[in-house]
Amino acid sequence: MNRPELVCPAGTPSAMRTAVEAGADAVYCGFQNATNARNFPGLNFTVPELEKSVRHAHNGGTKVLLAVNTFPPAGKVDLWKEAVDTGAKLGVDAFIVADIGVADYIAKNYPDIRLHLSVQAAASTPEAIKFYCREFNIKRVVLPRILTVPEIKTMADEIPCEIETFIFGNHGLMVEGRCSLTNYITGLSTNMDGVCSPAAQIQYIKDDSGNLTTKLGEFTIDCFSCDENAGYPTICKGRYLTPAHDGAYYAFEEPISLNLSTLLPDLMAAGVTALKIEGRQRSRAYVKSVVTAYRKAVDNIMAGHNPEISDLLALTEGQKETQGAFKSKAWR
Amino acid sequence: MPPPPLFAIQPVLRRIVNRVATDNPDMFGRLGPHYNAHFVIDPVNLPFVLVLRPDPDDLLLDARQRNDIPPHDAKVSGSFLDLLMLVDGDLDGDALFFARDLTITGNTEAVVCLRNALDDIDGSIAENISDMFGPPGRAALGILRRAKQRNKSE
Repeated sequence: MNRPELVCPAGTPSAMRTAVEAGADAVYCGFQNATNARNFPGLNFTVPELEKSVRHAHNGGTKVLLAVNTFPPAGKVDLWKEAVDTGAKLGVDAFIVADIGVADYIAKNYPDIRLHLSVQAAASTPEAIKFYCREFNIKRVVLPRILTVPEIKTMADEIPCEIETFIFGNHGLMVEGRCSLTNYITGLSTNMDGVCSPAAQIQYIKDDSGNLTTKLGEFTIDCFSCDENAGYPTICKGRYLTPAHDGAYYAFEEPISLNLSTLLPDLMAAGVTALKIEGRQRSRAYVKSVVTAYRKAVDNIMAGHNPEISDLLALTEGQKETQGAFKSKAWR
Repeated sequence: MPPPPLFAIQPVLRRIVNRVATDNPDMFGRLGPHYNAHFVIDPVNLPFVLVLRPDPDDLLLDARQRNDIPPHDAKVSGSFLDLLMLVDGDLDGDALFFARDLTITGNTEAVVCLRNALDDIDGSIAENISDMFGPPGRAALGILRRAKQRNKSE
């Protein structure tokens, strides 16, 4: 069994330093603009920050993967090319891409820099992945969170590139790169602007009894009673009233986080090359706890011991965790 | 019970906010257009609130009585220890929100910017502040940290 790469989130330079210190093999990050799928206010890196951070990460033996994984709208592709050119100049180890135009630009102009296919490309069949490998020399695919471990193993035998899977964080069951729910309500696109549920349009309203209503634009996403755990104010995690159901129900998915700690040995045996922790929008406290826990678990497995991962429930959305489709497609 | 006199802590708060700003000039870039927003920081188990305006050219950190809260753009409420651990990078704000231990009202984007700006500060803000007040400051921090530890293990 090969030692998998632990790929960790970095939303700020401080989070990146924390991840490096906690034992990340690779960190992924983005610039402060629409070229990446976590274009949140106050998050991400300026060019000078990334320059320093790449140096720091490399000194610690950690690779830096630059997410350029949104889809440029017509006429605006220069911003994506500029992000790629800058990343190449700063010495990033790989680009994470979803758009075929961006992938083509990198493959032609920077053939020596690795290309990883983002989960935003939603490539989930051997045929689609082989196409990306053939056309753009993709070295690694980040798989959507919809496949079981046996399906991932079969995939590993059929495709000519490495596999990266999410192991912790957002459950992400929408068809990634194609979700238009935020766009429908706010006019901003998750896929082109990099913004899912823009903070500027989120409202939290707490009543005198302690009940919390979360709204995106004019739409109520959920109403949590005072003793109920909360989730992110994203439409896909909303609880809605419809004539077809008695009471409010979760139309897409409930607030819950992925945690594959107990499936780690199976994933590693299935041929997964890299294990990804989601959460560039989270704090350095989250990065420290999750990366430390998974670093220890992976090292224990490699040494032939029990993973013994620490309890991460407090960091999960809604304080609930699942193995999702990785365990069984009947998860819900 | 009469409200506590706050005049004594105002100069201390001014020193604290000036020190954090001087030590971390880069943090203001993350505030974007919200650098001059007014934030109310509400430690729900204390008898007063704090008003913060993180404008590098016109910094403000002021204690106010609960019956004297000025107009503001956003409010962040939680227990004093949770807020301290949050600012110090020891706790995750999203996790506190999920557990309903942190409440945000008003301009959510301004709060997200402030959170990201503070989270990008390396090391311990609390330690730097306690150093400003010498041995009594460090002793006070020690007491708080022991309380934090008890809080974590509960």
